[in-house]
Amino acid sequence: MLRYLSRRLAQAAVIVAFVAAISFALIHLAPGDPFSAIMDNPNVSETVRQTLRAQYGFDRPLPEQFVRYIGRLAHGDLGWSFSHDRTVVEVLGSALPNTLLLMGVALIGSFALGIFVALVQVARRESVTDHALSGVTLVLFSMPDFWFAILVLLVFTYWIPIFPVGGAVDPVTHEYMTLGARIADRLRHLVLPALTLTVLAVGTVARYQRAALIDVLPADYIRTARLKGLTERDILRRHALRNALLPVISLIGLSFPALLTGAFFIEKIFAWPGMGLAVVNAIGTRDYPLVVGGVIIGSIMVTLGSLLADMLYAWADPRLRGH
Amino acid sequence: MPGQIQDSAATEPVRRRESAFAIGLRQILRKRSSRIALVILATIVLVGALAPLIAPYDPAAQPDIVALKNLPPSLAHPFGTDPYSRDVLSRVIYGARLSLTIGLLATWVSLTLGVFYGAVAGYAGGLVDGVMMRLLDALLAIPRLLLLLGILVAWPQFSVGALILFLGLTGWFGLSRIVRGQVLALKHAEFVTAAHALGASQWRILVRHLLPNLISPIVVAATLGVAHVIVLEAGLSYLGIGVPPPLASWGNIIQDGSDQVATLWWMSLFPGLFMVLTVMTLNVLGEALRDAYDRR
Repeated sequence: MLRYLSRRLAQAAVIVAFVAAISFALIHLAPGDPFSAIMDNPNVSETVRQTLRAQYGFDRPLPEQFVRYIGRLAHGDLGWSFSHDRTVVEVLGSALPNTLLLMGVALIGSFALGIFVALVQVARRESVTDHALSGVTLVLFSMPDFWFAILVLLVFTYWIPIFPVGGAVDPVTHEYMTLGARIADRLRHLVLPALTLTVLAVGTVARYQRAALIDVLPADYIRTARLKGLTERDILRRHALRNALLPVISLIGLSFPALLTGAFFIEKIFAWPGMGLAVVNAIGTRDYPLVVGGVIIGSIMVTLGSLLADMLYAWADPRLRGH
Repeated sequence: MPGQIQDSAATEPVRRRESAFAIGLRQILRKRSSRIALVILATIVLVGALAPLIAPYDPAAQPDIVALKNLPPSLAHPFGTDPYSRDVLSRVIYGARLSLTIGLLATWVSLTLGVFYGAVAGYAGGLVDGVMMRLLDALLAIPRLLLLLGILVAWPQFSVGALILFLGLTGWFGLSRIVRGQVLALKHAEFVTAAHALGASQWRILVRHLLPNLISPIVVAATLGVAHVIVLEAGLSYLGIGVPPPLASWGNIIQDGSDQVATLWWMSLFPGLFMVLTVMTLNVLGEALRDAYDRR
């Protein structure tokens, strides 16, 4: 277990190092100066431009730039965000908790709901219920995140206005609320974006879990359980599900990129002040360091997510636990 | 080299390649859901292909920017009009053409790169394979949308061709891993040893003997890949960094109405419906193909 863990950790470190190298390539494959928005701005004085060029070392030979770039990254320096006038780390760091909250709720919610839907489907295999639910999960699976979020926004804030239009708190009254009211206010703002991301992710989980359950049903231990006289319900819950959960645990790691991408669109549409909103707004302001910072942080999140899922898998699978 | 032996052997892979497609098609046509999906997809493709004949208006024309802007759906404009008084139905029809073309061409680029990279890594093995796979791990760790943002933001403006290229350049990682695994599994198979013994070159073995065995995962990846690219392109266009503006793609139309979602709901609803229908049919067909090949 410890050997496996340290090997997996080393792998993750190599991945992050490669990601850093790729981000360097991104910056240098761009035409001209990657900070052209600020470099071309006539209001920016020549001294500032020189300082920026020197700061990012654009006057040095490429190999030296690469070493300096990696060195800065290793010290947790992602550069300066022009549009926020703060460091990229500060901008993304303050937004990260909101994104993690959104993704965390959606991760737990979608796996709980997805596994439940799959159980219902497999308990009534090939019935109308099963086919109807398969249709629903297919639609959700094929749904472009941003379009679904727009529809949800349209229906639940404009047509049936039961939720606030956006943001994480009420912009005017939140400051004057009591503690309890503040928590209620936060929850009220969280519901719609979190639910949207949850529902979007349910399709994948349910389809995966349904297939995994159907895969284990022909196994000998299921036949044994049936011969022992267990009810179909008990067989499904105690025997089939326990074994069919393993592939779904590995799905946790695989679903991180989709969750993160979904969070980006949802944050934009619901004005949820997370990392996604910061990066997406940086597109409009051409705040290149902020976008590249988002790429790096996002990739680290995905890498950590898959590391976490692998550890969970190793812990849950008794065959791996001993090693 | 012994011509007779080669001739008799040459008929074998050709026959098998044809039957891979034939089996795939026959299998998926057996399922009702795939037949429906195929009909819907064919209709949408036809609509896109015949856009100039079907579209009631010029998708770029702004006939009367004051009187005809932001009209809700009506008989004259079934999908309404946009803030520039353009007919949304016509734009959605032309959008089908553009979105499908981008999906197909970008997937073509991805397939070429993915097969090449995966085949080389799997066939080379050893250190080369190790380094190539670590690089792939890192590329797979960067969410594709983020990678595209990182690339595209740096360009002040770009053409549809460049967008297709970038979408293709970021879409081959998953496939190349599958190809590499297959090549690795097959490279010591007896028919490869036999070809080698007959004096076939490395390149010939790869192209003539190994690749035909990879047709099924490639077909599946292509079908699902087109669906993925369509969603990505729409998402990027929605964020204002995809298809350049006066052109109509499904994502672009939604972007044009995104400032006033509540009042211009028809601009989000209709192009989105077409997009979901296309992506869904592609997913249904891709999965049916995968099932068909798995069963074989």
